[in-house]
Amino acid sequence: MRFDVALVLSYLPAIGWAAITTVGLWIVALVASIVIGLAIAVIRLHGGAIVNTVLRLLVEAIRGTPFLIQLFLLYFGGPFIGLTLERLPAGLLALSLFGGCYMSEVFRTGIRAVPRGHIEAAECVGLSQMQILRRILLPEMLVLVLPAGTNIAVGLIKETAVLSVIGVPELTAVISGIGSETYAFVEALTLLSLCYWALVEICARLGRTAEQRLSLYRFAA
Amino acid sequence: MSWKLFTLLVQAAGATALFSAFAVVAGIALGLFVCGVALSRFRAAAGVARLYVSFFRGVPLLVQLLLVYHLLPVLGLNVSSATAALVALTLCTAAYQAENLRGAFLSVPNGLVEAADVVGMTPWQRFRRIEAPIALRLAIPALLNEAVAILHASALISVVGVIELTKTARDLAASTLEPLPLYAMAGALYLVMNMVLVYGGRLAERRFSVRTA
Repeated sequence: MRFDVALVLSYLPAIGWAAITTVGLWIVALVASIVIGLAIAVIRLHGGAIVNTVLRLLVEAIRGTPFLIQLFLLYFGGPFIGLTLERLPAGLLALSLFGGCYMSEVFRTGIRAVPRGHIEAAECVGLSQMQILRRILLPEMLVLVLPAGTNIAVGLIKETAVLSVIGVPELTAVISGIGSETYAFVEALTLLSLCYWALVEICARLGRTAEQRLSLYRFAA
Repeated sequence: MSWKLFTLLVQAAGATALFSAFAVVAGIALGLFVCGVALSRFRAAAGVARLYVSFFRGVPLLVQLLLVYHLLPVLGLNVSSATAALVALTLCTAAYQAENLRGAFLSVPNGLVEAADVVGMTPWQRFRRIEAPIALRLAIPALLNEAVAILHASALISVVGVIELTKTARDLAASTLEPLPLYAMAGALYLVMNMVLVYGGRLAERRFSVRTA
């Protein structure tokens, strides 16, 4: 079996751009997931019964089906209900919704786990609802949800690979494209695996470091 | 959507269920082996097992799938795309299950293991009668989560052309030009299988639950 690394490496600039695309997609989707997840969690905990049921069904539907199906539904089915999106925005929207639903469950458990006494104490010293949210609820919750949140964040990196199926020019699409151009599939895909492995390891490490630092602020339950 | 299309999708859902079930069972078996090696005294072998777990958990399944699909023929194994997909799916889920099982085996109370030694059980007896029954029960929720993940992940094997639910929905959507109802129905079928797994899992958890001290 030949293993021609040089052949693949001659495509380095294209691979570099694709890597930047993947990381960019991931960061945008992650930030959007956190915002969507927080919004869903807060609305579900404080909204009415009907809003709660609707959001619960949405979250269950997204967590209960494969991401690929959601992506196809949005990208190929969207135009039939007047939602025509290019590959990239369609991919980003699907990924953000997917991540947001998983994040919302984590945030919901996190918010519930903040001790009632802390909120009552904040009310007693006269903090406003907004101050309580900003200075007590959110910081305490964020420390609690960091491990589960990191897991989802790392999972999202791997999920970006699925966007290659609808032709978003990220790492998987570009490198497997190089594979079919040069017939050096095994070399290209090995390189691709190493890229993701490195990315995932780096993020997991960063998450663990953040956990260790922030565990200082973890209150005694 | 016509009745005909619906029955085609339900049949395809059967294929998805079969592929997933095979990967889950084979994955738990392989995961048990990997976990055993990772927890063993042999440093080098344990290192390899940890590397295996890290690699398969760190690389997207889609990439693993493409890699296995292209690698097997290069190694002289001309297998069908369905076989390649099953191999990739199993290798991937085994890494996750190995990690789940490792956590379970490590949380078997130490006193029980020592007690087994004290009453003179051989290591094999200790494993079979004390460690395995307790660890497997502790691992049930995590093993089931991974089974659900595999059901969802099996949609990706459509990318290498294996005929299952997603591939069928995609082909039918292309030929009928009605992607919306077809993907929605495919999603609904995944949801049903998902619910069966979750509720079945809850029953199993209740049936086999252990009270830990």
